[in-house]
Amino acid sequence: MTRWGWLPLAAALLAYPWAVAGSDSAAFLQDMGALVLLAAISAAAWNILGGYAGQISVGHAMFFGAGAYMPLLVYQHWQMPPLLGVPLGIAVSLVVALVVGFPTFRLSGHYFSMATIAVAELVRIVVGNWDFLGAAIGLQGPARARGWYDLIFRSAVPYYYIFLGVLALLLLVAWQVQRSRLGYYLRAVRAGERAARSLGVPVRRYKLYALMLSAGFTSLAGALYALKTGFVDPDSGLGILVSVQMIIIAALGGAGTLLGPLLGAMILVPLQTATNTWLGGSGSGLTYIVYGGVIMLIARFEPGGLLELWHRQVTARLARPGEVRHAA
Amino acid sequence: MILLQVVVGGLLLGALYALFSSGLTLIWGMMNFINFAHGEFVMLGMYAALLAAAWIGGGPVVFGLTAALGLFFLGVVVYFALIREVMRGPMLAQILSTFGLALLLRYAAFWVFSPNFVTLPHPALAGTISLAGILLSIPQLVAGLAAAVLTIGMHLALTRTAVGSQLLAVAEDRNAAMLMGIRPDRMQALAWGLAAASAGIAGALMAISFPFSPAVGETFALTAFVVVTLGGFGSVPGAMLAGLIVGLIQALSAYWFGPIYKDVVVYGLFVALLWLRPQGLLGTA
Repeated sequence: MTRWGWLPLAAALLAYPWAVAGSDSAAFLQDMGALVLLAAISAAAWNILGGYAGQISVGHAMFFGAGAYMPLLVYQHWQMPPLLGVPLGIAVSLVVALVVGFPTFRLSGHYFSMATIAVAELVRIVVGNWDFLGAAIGLQGPARARGWYDLIFRSAVPYYYIFLGVLALLLLVAWQVQRSRLGYYLRAVRAGERAARSLGVPVRRYKLYALMLSAGFTSLAGALYALKTGFVDPDSGLGILVSVQMIIIAALGGAGTLLGPLLGAMILVPLQTATNTWLGGSGSGLTYIVYGGVIMLIARFEPGGLLELWHRQVTARLARPGEVRHAA
Repeated sequence: MILLQVVVGGLLLGALYALFSSGLTLIWGMMNFINFAHGEFVMLGMYAALLAAAWIGGGPVVFGLTAALGLFFLGVVVYFALIREVMRGPMLAQILSTFGLALLLRYAAFWVFSPNFVTLPHPALAGTISLAGILLSIPQLVAGLAAAVLTIGMHLALTRTAVGSQLLAVAEDRNAAMLMGIRPDRMQALAWGLAAASAGIAGALMAISFPFSPAVGETFALTAFVVVTLGGFGSVPGAMLAGLIVGLIQALSAYWFGPIYKDVVVYGLFVALLWLRPQGLLGTA
């Protein structure tokens, strides 16, 4: 991306709710816009660990769930504004990240993936049977706003701009990570852990940093989800499909790139909404068949995702103009 | 007496865990590769038994053979179509490939077979027998013993036959094996076939005594991870021992704390293991 190439993108994102406001289905399109941004936030948070550091977590739902549960929990039990639960959720996520990451990061990448699935599943089963956390029924937020601090809006537009702000912050952090020592270390770890260690990279410590940063933002995404929907249960907050969605969105756009997760979300969320609308209830099963197929195809043919494919096309064209002209 | 019955039931189920986990550990040992779709292979073995019962009839032997052949074929196809290329790619591709396969198989099964729990239509085996005062269901006894025999058979086939030695040679040192005239590609395809077949037979054997649905694969995949971790990556005897232990722990925790806790205890054990002994019981890494 060129130096100011992000400006049109930012302008388009800022203008989107206003641009679709005249449409017949304005509310639907604005809501979908908010969902795209939320999915982009989760995927970009996952991307810090899975993309930059190459540690494929399949259990990020546990961080998302911690973020989604805490705001509704403080409301349910103590009638406090859900907003107060947000830092609590992030704190819980960081503790969980330490507990999971510290032992598993001694071992290879596959091992980390297995461990994250198992822990996320453990958390889901425990929460699903714990009455304090709503058990299988889940938790609900306030039905109507008691004040601005409950963050309940009838329209999706305020959520859209809140999500956009958080996404901007996250992308700024990710951009800083990319340019910093942390980013170089993480990419070195991804390219070859043993080689990185032999060059003096404190591998475990930096993997843990990446995990905690990633877990914190994933938890924030979960909190935003809970604030918007006002409801969470074990499946929507902690189910394995929550983790799957983050992975597929990041991998489709381009794992380890700054804007890959946003691109992936812009493609996948409308696609998912469309299949669910056209195919009704039976569509959700079909969606996951397609998800599985897309994940396999990316892994097999284009592990760098769509952004890398695009970059390769562009550089090929710039590097060998003569050949391209011949071909054309 | 009830406790003894719980213990025997747990060990019989554990033998089945040992069987499908030995396939997972074989692939790990050869290729440093975890198959996230392994639980889905077990699930497909169950539906292979269902189809065999509907179309062919016969007993557990027919079901087991159908599942073994079908899954062996699937395993080889998956190796050549997906794994062989992905192995050369980045870690992300390796993990995503079988993970995507797992999703595809699970939701395709939801679509084809419906999400409802089913049992085999004509129970070929039924009833219970009493052994030394312990009441055992015959299907479970047959399935557990068959699984134990097959797992031991697999271990013997790997250690005592020429092909088994070639497989283990590729696992030990791919390049050295190539210099000895062994084609690693064929051996790895064979390993994928065997691993999938072991999952398939285990699924077919479980199908004769338990109801199942397309969703069971996820639990089996996690169980296999725990067993493989406990037994030490790449060790078939380790997987045998660990399978029995996990089956026993599940049965006892279901008996003492209630059925919902059987998975909680096992996954908790997994996390504890990560902290205390990540190389497994018999592992050395």
